[in-house]
Amino acid sequence: MDLSHIFNLKKIAITAFCAVFLVAAHAQEHENTDSASVEPVETETGHADKEAPISETILHHIADSHEWHFWGEGEHKVAIPLPVILVTKNGIVTFLSNKHDQDEHGKEVFEEKGQQLVNFHGGYYYPTAAANHEGEYVVLDQYKVPTNEKPLDLSITKNVASMLISVVVILFVFISIANAYKKRVGKAPKGMQSLFEPIIIFVRDDIAKPQLGHRYKGFMPYLLTVFFFVWINNLMGIIPFFPGGANLTGNISVTAMLALCTFILTNVNGKKNYWGHVFTPHVPWWLYPLMIPVEIIGLFTKPIALMIRLFANITAGHILILSLLSLIFILKSVAAAGVAVPFVLFISVIELVVGFIQAFIFTILSALFIGMAVEEHAEH
Amino acid sequence: MLLALNPLVKPDPGLFIWATVAFLLLFILLRAFAWKPIVAALDERERNIEDALSKAEMAKQEMAKLTSENEQLLKQARAERDAILKEAKELKDQIVSDAKKSAQTEGNKLIEKAKLEINAQKAAAMAEVKSQVVSLSLEIAEKVLRKQFEDQGKQQALVNDLLKEVKLN
Amino acid sequence: MIVGSIAGIGAGLAAIGAGIGIGQIGGKAMEGMARQPEAASKIQTAMLIAAAFVEAVALFGVVVAFLGTGNVG
Repeated sequence: MDLSHIFNLKKIAITAFCAVFLVAAHAQEHENTDSASVEPVETETGHADKEAPISETILHHIADSHEWHFWGEGEHKVAIPLPVILVTKNGIVTFLSNKHDQDEHGKEVFEEKGQQLVNFHGGYYYPTAAANHEGEYVVLDQYKVPTNEKPLDLSITKNVASMLISVVVILFVFISIANAYKKRVGKAPKGMQSLFEPIIIFVRDDIAKPQLGHRYKGFMPYLLTVFFFVWINNLMGIIPFFPGGANLTGNISVTAMLALCTFILTNVNGKKNYWGHVFTPHVPWWLYPLMIPVEIIGLFTKPIALMIRLFANITAGHILILSLLSLIFILKSVAAAGVAVPFVLFISVIELVVGFIQAFIFTILSALFIGMAVEEHAEH
Repeated sequence: MLLALNPLVKPDPGLFIWATVAFLLLFILLRAFAWKPIVAALDERERNIEDALSKAEMAKQEMAKLTSENEQLLKQARAERDAILKEAKELKDQIVSDAKKSAQTEGNKLIEKAKLEINAQKAAAMAEVKSQVVSLSLEIAEKVLRKQFEDQGKQQALVNDLLKEVKLN
Repeated sequence: MIVGSIAGIGAGLAAIGAGIGIGQIGGKAMEGMARQPEAASKIQTAMLIAAAFVEAVALFGVVVAFLGTGNVG
């Protein structure tokens, strides 16, 4: 695997420049939101609880939400409201998220299409018949998670919207590249075509061919789709403002979906040899009761590790960047920005590399698992 | 439930469904409209490049063959030229030597002829001179004799002398 | 709060192990590449895969720490 043609110096310079620009915007955005969210707490609870709102803010930024937040809090909030789609007992209910976001503590019950609902920290629940002692129409467990039933939330959330944007971008880019290939048969690649061609060839020659051998052709579409889906979304996650900023590949639902695809593809394509390895392992027969469950668990741990690897890597990157920026507000000094912002810049550049490497790892491990499944003869 | 403790690690069914739909849609559309033509084009290009390379290799070999053939031809031509030159030189030498020889013989002949002529001329001249001398001598002798024999006495004397000389041996 | 801190310590310990592991992998890969520069690309791929497997252990630690920290958000 030779990454030098992708990470050459010129491109690094360009990415570094972009990163400076993005981080500056990032810092500005968070300065606004964080100061808004931290300062009221300072006045209320003093220094003791200082860290809780910071980690709350960080988690809030990483988590999914029903709006695309820009800056400001409460009435001065600037955000794109996104449609909420709920599959309730009374049918599908749709409304824009800003219609019912004034109260997020489950204290006001609202009615949409004859269905009573309550908003608790961005989640929609069926309200309880009567409010509890704090005026909330929800029942909380010991971790302050509502135990109420909830409708199936099929909303276009920030992550979904970001994902749809990325899907459109990927479709546009690659279909136009495909048209370029059709139009310029036998000519040298040009523009976007020459930008992505080495990466496509990289996926083919360094991921698919070594892991899948001569069967690589059938799996190329899946591997290419996974690679570019993960990579583009990793990159969009690093962009701190509108078209990006969603922590999509750092969301366990999305990585679970991707890992499930690999899992299904692996097992659907599993040959005799693969299943033989699971149900008749190369051990004495009396070890079968021990080994077969282990092998079956092994089938599931692979995609679960795949899921957690991508989720934790990307989430960790986002948490790191947000934590470094939060230093400014924890230390309550603008001077801290002098340290924090270069650090964030540094981490952002690393995240660009990590975004690529994680896409590569996810794809190559998918190819590895599929390759192990489609292998005809055991090599050992 | 342990998984429900932190929203970060709680799978969200809505997002999961949307992600599945979006990803499958992306996969199907890309497979049909992007990856097939792109991968096919890349394979095609690679095959073309390989073809071109092998063709270039063949052309190179052909070229090498041609060059060696050319060289051989050149060599042959050079040898031929050398042979022709040699032949011409020999011919020239022969002609020159022939010419020399014939010139020599011709010259010799001429010289011989000239010598003969000279000798003839010389002989003629000598004969002329001889005849002239004879006639002159006769004339002189006549004149002398005439003078001598004007007187009888003298004639007698001479006869005597002569008689004296003639000894009847 | 205490549960969270202990989970954090656990995650840190997992990270130590993974750090040592990835360090070993990286170091050996460098050695291998220095010895056989022509095999560098293959070594790089194998190194990344092995590092990803080791890293997964640390990430499991982090995720378990998330599980332990309760509902912060």
